[in-house]
Amino acid sequence: MSDARDPTEFDPIVPNTGEEYEPLEVFPESGSFDLRPGADSCYKCSTCDTNCPVAEVDDDFPGPKFQGPEQWRLKQTDDDYVIDSSISECSNCLRCDTSCPSGVNLAQMHNTARGEYVENQVPKFSVKYIRNRILANYRTSAYFASMLPRTANFFMNFGPVRWAMEKVLHVPSEREFPEFATQTFRQWWAERGGAKVHSDEKRIAYFHGCYSNYNTPQVAKALVRIYEYFGYEVMVPEQKCSGTPMFANGMLDDARRHAETNVESLTAAIEDGADIVASCTSCSMALRNEYPELFDIDGIDDLAAHTYDAVEYLRIHTDVRQELEQAEVSGELAEEFAYHAPCHARSQGLERQAIELFRNLDGVEIEDVGDSCSGISGTYGWKSEKYEKSMEIGSEMFEHMEDSGGTTGMTECPTCASQMEHGTGYDIRHPLELIEAALID
Amino acid sequence: MAIESDVLVIGGGLAGLSSAISAAREGADVRLVTYKQSTLRQASGLIDVLGYTPDGDGPLTDPYEGIDALPEDHPYRIVGVDTVRDAMSMFDEVVDTYQGGHTDTNALLPTYGGTVKPTARYPDGASAGLASDDRDLLLVGFEAMPDFDAPHVAAHLRAAGVPFDVRGVTIQFPGELMDDAKVTRYAKLLENNGPVTVRGRERGARDALVERINPELEDEPRVGLPAVLGDDDAAGVRAALEAELGVDVFEVPATPPSMPGVRLEDRLFEALDEAGGNFESGNPVVSFDGQDRVETVYVDKQDARIPFSADQYVLATGGLVGKGVESDRERVYEPIFDCYVPHPEDRYDWFDEAVFGEHPFAGFGVDPDPELRPLDAGGSPEFQNLRAAGSVLGGYDFAAEKSGSGVSIATGYHAGRIAAQEAQ
Repeated sequence: MSDARDPTEFDPIVPNTGEEYEPLEVFPESGSFDLRPGADSCYKCSTCDTNCPVAEVDDDFPGPKFQGPEQWRLKQTDDDYVIDSSISECSNCLRCDTSCPSGVNLAQMHNTARGEYVENQVPKFSVKYIRNRILANYRTSAYFASMLPRTANFFMNFGPVRWAMEKVLHVPSEREFPEFATQTFRQWWAERGGAKVHSDEKRIAYFHGCYSNYNTPQVAKALVRIYEYFGYEVMVPEQKCSGTPMFANGMLDDARRHAETNVESLTAAIEDGADIVASCTSCSMALRNEYPELFDIDGIDDLAAHTYDAVEYLRIHTDVRQELEQAEVSGELAEEFAYHAPCHARSQGLERQAIELFRNLDGVEIEDVGDSCSGISGTYGWKSEKYEKSMEIGSEMFEHMEDSGGTTGMTECPTCASQMEHGTGYDIRHPLELIEAALID
Repeated sequence: MAIESDVLVIGGGLAGLSSAISAAREGADVRLVTYKQSTLRQASGLIDVLGYTPDGDGPLTDPYEGIDALPEDHPYRIVGVDTVRDAMSMFDEVVDTYQGGHTDTNALLPTYGGTVKPTARYPDGASAGLASDDRDLLLVGFEAMPDFDAPHVAAHLRAAGVPFDVRGVTIQFPGELMDDAKVTRYAKLLENNGPVTVRGRERGARDALVERINPELEDEPRVGLPAVLGDDDAAGVRAALEAELGVDVFEVPATPPSMPGVRLEDRLFEALDEAGGNFESGNPVVSFDGQDRVETVYVDKQDARIPFSADQYVLATGGLVGKGVESDRERVYEPIFDCYVPHPEDRYDWFDEAVFGEHPFAGFGVDPDPELRPLDAGGSPEFQNLRAAGSVLGGYDFAAEKSGSGVSIATGYHAGRIAAQEAQ
């Protein structure tokens, strides 16, 4: 036994990529996360590659197996190795992560490689870097826009402004900018006087994220009303961006800064007896999965263990499924929904919960439009050089939506929603809005 | 509280899907949870029932006849030959894109390795490739896809004594695909007749491929290609190629990752959806509550434990390769419920010294009662409401017998049906 671990302690049941596995030093100390166990678990079956929506349409993209385990190995054996620029073509959908039969942490490998690439190889004064940084920090733009929402709505979709954005920042003028609400969710919450239900036993803290605060407060309000209907006390702690768009753009320092605030304020809510729920599946994914994979912040594991998707939490703790089977929807939401499961919902095992909950709900129809990726992947489809690719990836979903019965879409992810709307012209709703319509309205 | 259903199936491979579909067709509220994506992505797409006896005799003409001669503890003997037949009928009903159900006789199909394999069901797309068909054939491989080396496969088939002339040629796939372009890339280009650049001109990939195959054809009435002919609409891709080439076109069943496996996975999940079943993937079942009965199982999402409870459970987590059976230096065990896995005490008795010898580990798995409930060391069911299906079961060597798919379908069907009946 020279340089390897004692094999009698080796426990192959648990995907051996967690912190518990500590190989003796074989490769030099790097100060960053040790990704070797993941690289060693990869046996090159290429299942990840068959799941990659980018490799399916892009002839230059070498696929997740290369980006993750192989690139990591190349780095270990060649001191001069620089991260391949193709890492910036990865859309961070994380499908590879869900597919790996060996539990290789491809998402973590991709995020660290991308962070390193942006840090060391992308000039900080390049247009791309500046554009990506603006896109990644959506919360900042949204914060300013929400001060004058009507003006912002006008200018963000005003032809000449968008022409200039395309020319200067390479933001595709084809895309419609999401509308800013005239009253943010937090303003509504404050005006309402906070929680209407108080309980020591049943308490959740809501991570609303940026989008349902600034753009779709109706989703956030639906969440509050549903949880209060089931007797929960809702807390709305201080929070910043979950970091998803920052991981996807390799801006790990920005993401960490926001994560520090979130971890501090959400762990305080956990100490007050709350579990954390999010209505955006990329936000819950970030808190659950990416935080502990990428950062070492006090309480971060505790936060991951207490975070749930808002609908998932209702499925575990309430009779929502039985109540919906008895309920009926009429009015505006009595529709046929074309449901798309976001990739980040898929990796949390939530890809079918909307179908399950609504398939027996009177007054509505729901159809799963299949397992293709919507193609937008957050900020990915907001870059001129990736717009066409994003639409090509999405084409399968658009076709399936058009083949479905109605003209209303449904998804949990705000950027998937904007892609669905962009590709089909459908109105897109969140499952929480339908639960609200069924049980409360 | 917990997320509830009548029947909870753990595992998303062929056994898990078969049990979930059979339970849902019995009217139970079914949920399937799978740690990762279905392992069908790594399967050839062929459905074997029994190709060889445990002594290596074969290929067998009729797999059902061979079942009687199997040892008593073989899963086929435990569920009985009639159940195997019923299970295959269910498969034929839900997967309408497969052939072979018209006869009890095994079909013989060429593989990527150039061997000829006995199998009970095969995808429509492979049917023009039958080795029992005496028409001459041309195999066409692509340069950048070394898994399928057409001249080598042709030479092997000739050596195997197939009753026809076979040639293999390697051509360049049109367009400048990278050397390790994914099977999904080929499939998508062919399905959409997507644009590729050929000598500076933009062409449809399918049209350009036809032009490259045409000059290679002599008078063979059938052409075999790597299994990348489309994804959602494989039949359409094949029909278009056949119309242009004027010959029958087939796919040779593939090595992983495999488009025929992906298509079968898609079809079976659709069938589960149509039968009203629910499913989710991405996270493992790691623990449970219960003594005589399994009360609740826990799915691990990062560190959050998500509780799922059901009246009846089916364990379809796979064998030693699929991680449904594990081993360390001390013992062989089933990792979720710690069901008893019979095995010799000395680990040097777990394997044979010859690489291709008769390895005892190939038959490791839980030992079930006639209802497929895993038994403890004393011969009593470990739990009243837990049944096992597929390669988590012991007593057979699917690789040697060519029985993997059939055992998964038969035991899955049996376990799912009993679970649904018990739950009602």
